[in-house]
Parts: sequence; structure tokens; C-alpha cells
Amino acid sequence: MKILVTAKRVTDPDVKIKVKPDGSGVITEGVDYKVNPFDEIAIEEAIRIKEKGQAEIVVVSIGPSEATKEIRNGLAMGADRGILVVASEVLDSFAVARILHKIVSEEKPDLILMGKQAVDGDNNQAAQILAELLGWPQACFASKITLSDDRKKAKVVREADGGLDHVELDLPAIITAELRLNEPRYASLPGIMKAKKKPLKEIPLASMGVDTKPKVVWHKFSEPASRKAGIKVPDVPTLVQKLRNEAKVL
Amino acid sequence: MGNVLVIAEHRDGQLKKASLSAFAFAKKYVQKQGGEFSILVMGHNVGAVADAASCFGAAKVFVADHADLANYLAESYAAVAAQAAKDAGAQVVAATTTTQAKDLLPRVAAKLEAGMASDIVGLLDNGWFLRPVWAGSAVVEVEISTPVKVVTVRQTEFEAAPKGAAGGQKVPVNVAVNLGALRKRFEKFEVIKSERPELTDARVIVSGGRGTKGADGFKLLEGLADLLGAAVGATRAAVDAGWVPNDLQVGQTGKVVAPELYIAAGVSGAIQHLAGMKSSKVIVAINKDPEAPIFNVADYGLVADLFKAVPEMAEEIKKAKA
Repeated sequence: MKILVTAKRVTDPDVKIKVKPDGSGVITEGVDYKVNPFDEIAIEEAIRIKEKGQAEIVVVSIGPSEATKEIRNGLAMGADRGILVVASEVLDSFAVARILHKIVSEEKPDLILMGKQAVDGDNNQAAQILAELLGWPQACFASKITLSDDRKKAKVVREADGGLDHVELDLPAIITAELRLNEPRYASLPGIMKAKKKPLKEIPLASMGVDTKPKVVWHKFSEPASRKAGIKVPDVPTLVQKLRNEAKVL
Repeated sequence: MGNVLVIAEHRDGQLKKASLSAFAFAKKYVQKQGGEFSILVMGHNVGAVADAASCFGAAKVFVADHADLANYLAESYAAVAAQAAKDAGAQVVAATTTTQAKDLLPRVAAKLEAGMASDIVGLLDNGWFLRPVWAGSAVVEVEISTPVKVVTVRQTEFEAAPKGAAGGQKVPVNVAVNLGALRKRFEKFEVIKSERPELTDARVIVSGGRGTKGADGFKLLEGLADLLGAAVGATRAAVDAGWVPNDLQVGQTGKVVAPELYIAAGVSGAIQHLAGMKSSKVIVAINKDPEAPIFNVADYGLVADLFKAVPEMAEEIKKAKA
């Protein structure tokens, strides 16, 4: 079977991002980039499927040419080849879905695995839009995926408010990864060496003939209303007394 | 001018409280931009939900009541919602940000060729929206340029619409779903029961992080929570470690909460956790490490070992209440 997984290049989620003084965006100078953590979980899941049987794993990213690093990371973990759609412009989720749609129509995967959201834009849209464009079933926020022996079906446990939703999908289908799906491995040194020789194709976005006209435009950025640090209390009785008499929340 | 259609959510025949925030958003939007606000109820045997939904000032309540909608599937619900959006002449399709809305609304947007803004926290006079990005480290003004716009609405930023008299006119929606063609089957919904209030509805939340060191640490927090009628929350680290169920996660990719009182015990204050709780009215932090970033957002900070401080706090509260 063929599995397509995404690997978005995002700013390091552990670094506090600041807004540019003119509000035109966020400051990315000097900030490290990483693969979107939820995409990393999707890549890990693809590799686990491959380890249980045959599979070809294609890692796709859309972004600047530096994003080959995020793809190579996936190849080092165990994926087979990469595709980078080289684009410098800001793309909304619909445009991303259309670009992926084009790639899917050429690659014809049996399964698409994506992170449930990217931790920069926090949109949580591209997979669902892609599923609708393809007319494929979707299972978002998966915490467990079990493929049938013939690999034609997938049982998925989805995390929902108040419980777990169990569904079964006929492949081809799109599944998005929740945090608890698995714990991604680190790339091994031999894996990293091997990844250097694995095929990675770069395609300029402009050559694809995809309509990426934005439907959603970001304008001014601002800092969120900040909270001021309050006071330190010396002991528990003081804390309880203040919560009762000052804040009046107990 | 354009109408707003809000997709209401329900479980066990009850309209979800979360949906009232999207109703409040819709009222605000039509006040600024004109048009009328309607509600869509989808499911099977949802007459009572539709009745409940008609009490919030909507002009119409669109009702898609059909056996094929008995179980939620994004594929069938998106098709029906897109149909209802057309019936309603909707310029905006909205729902409160819940896991169902996060799953469903982008698919509706795709059907309607609509741009979508996720988890909005405000609206501007020119019809743009405000939404947090980068785990709430920035807020951005978002313009949706398509004729139909889709939004999910952050529950904590729109105060629940007040209930009034029944009034919304019921309008049936034609349901034409071919379940067999969806290539997806609902199997079961495994309810995770808790005697405590839901995180997003709780007045008080007692939350634990890595500092709780495990399920035993959480037992202490649960004791305090039960004394206060509070919900229990957790950081991503605590959930990741398997100490508590995953639906207790508060943060950027978990639940966003804003209770009256948020007690964070053994929580360091990672960016992605702060993104989910920093709108709380009063924040208390209990942590051994005086340098923990959680103290930067706490109204009351106590540098102490939670294993001592939390039971002591419970005792003090019992004393004060006696």
C-alpha cells in the first residue's frame, strides 16, 4: 500500500513567539524550525504500519526550500521518499488542501495521514477540506488506528468531547493524528545516513497549475491582552483567606 | 447583509451549553452586519432539542431529523449542513469550537467553497474576525473574502446567550444522505463518565502537571476538586504520561477554559498550556520552583510542595466553611 504523510515546517513550539512592532506578522528571525509535532506523530504511525507489512511512505511538505530538512527528518525515521512543494507565500488551508489534492491525484495513495493541526496557524482545517475535495471519508483526532488484514479498511478511535468515537473507514481515506496516537521515535544515525540518499523531489508551486488564491487573509497581528503576575503568598492559610475575602471565589 | 446559521450540538437529547456561545456570537454579528440569525439542529428524534434551541432569539430553527443522521458522521452532517446553509441564505455558518465542530466545519466550508476562521475570539465592525495563532502568542485580524464565511467560536470569549421564550419558526431540512456511499461506518461512542463537571462548564478547575508525579498526586487534586465542586484538568505532560484521561488536557491543542478560579498545582506553565487557561478570572499557582513561568500569570502564587500544600488547602477550606 502507499501512504502519504504531511510534514509542515513550523516554528519551534517551545519558543515564545513575539509579534513584530508594526503588526505585520510574528518575529521569526533567530527562531528554530521543526516539523509540526502532530505531523511527526502521523509519520511515526505510517512507519508502524509499514513495519507490520509492506508500505511505501511518501512525505509531503509545502514551504520554503529549507523545508527539505523536515522531510529528511521523516525519511530518517523510515519514510521512503519526499516531495516538497516550494512556496514562499502564505497559504490558507483551502490552498494547502488544493495543492495536496493535486499531489494525491498523481500519487494515488491508499491512506493519507496528517497531523490534526499545525501548531503555528492552529487552523485544524486542511485535512477535512482535502477529504471533501477528494470525496473521501475522514477520521480526525485519531488515538488508535487498526488496519484490516487485507488493508482495505481502517478502524479508528477518535477523541471526542465526553468520550471516544469508534468508526470504520474504507480506504482510501484521510486520518489525522491526535497527541496520544503514538510516541514518535528519534531518527537513528544509520537512518539519517540513509535518508540523505532517499529521493526528494522539489516542485515549484507555480508550475503546478493549482488555484491558490486566498479565501482567508491575515491582516494586523497584535499581542494578546497580557496578564500581570500577581502576588506571592507565604502560606496556605493566607492563600485561602485571600481567595475568600479578596478574590471572593471560594 | 447576510444571515447567520449556527449549527447546534446536542447529546442524549440535550442541547449542549457550549452551543449558546455560538448563538451569542450570531446575535452580535447580525446586530453589526444585519440579516437574521437561525439555528440548525441535525440528528434523529431531535424534536426536544429543536424546541430548546427555539428559545434563544433565532428567527428560524432548521431541523434535519432523519434516521440516517442518528449517529454523527462528518461526511453526512456536512452535506446536510451545506444544504441548510443554502436554505437559510446564510452568509456565515458558525458553531462553537468543540471537537465535533473542529471535525465538521472545515468539511462544510469545503462544500460551500467558503473561507474559514477557526476558534475566533472577537469580531470587528468591518466584518473581520479576531483569532489567536501560535498558541495564543499573537492575535490576528482575519478577513474572509468568500461570499459565504465559516467560523468556529471560542466558547470562553462569547458569553452564553440567555434563554428566552420559545419563538423560532421550525423549518424542516431535506435530508438526502446515502450512508452506503460514505465509505465510513459509525461503530460506537464510548462515553467517559465523570461525576465532576465538564472542564468547559466548570466554575472552578483544579489542574495538575508533571509536578503531581503520577496518578497518586492527582488523587490529592481530585480530593480538593470534589470539595470545591470543581473539574480536574491536566497539562499535556500529565496526559502524555498516562496519569489521567486525555480529555482532561487543557491547552492549545486540548480544551480552552476560563473558569472563575483555576488552581494550577505542579504545573510549570508551558506556552501551550497557558494558551488554554490564561483567560481564567483568578489563577492560583502552587509550585516548588519559584522560577516556574506559571507564576507570571498567577494572581496568587504559593511556592510550596503540592503534596503538602494541596491537602492543607483542603483542610483550610473545610475549616473556613464550617
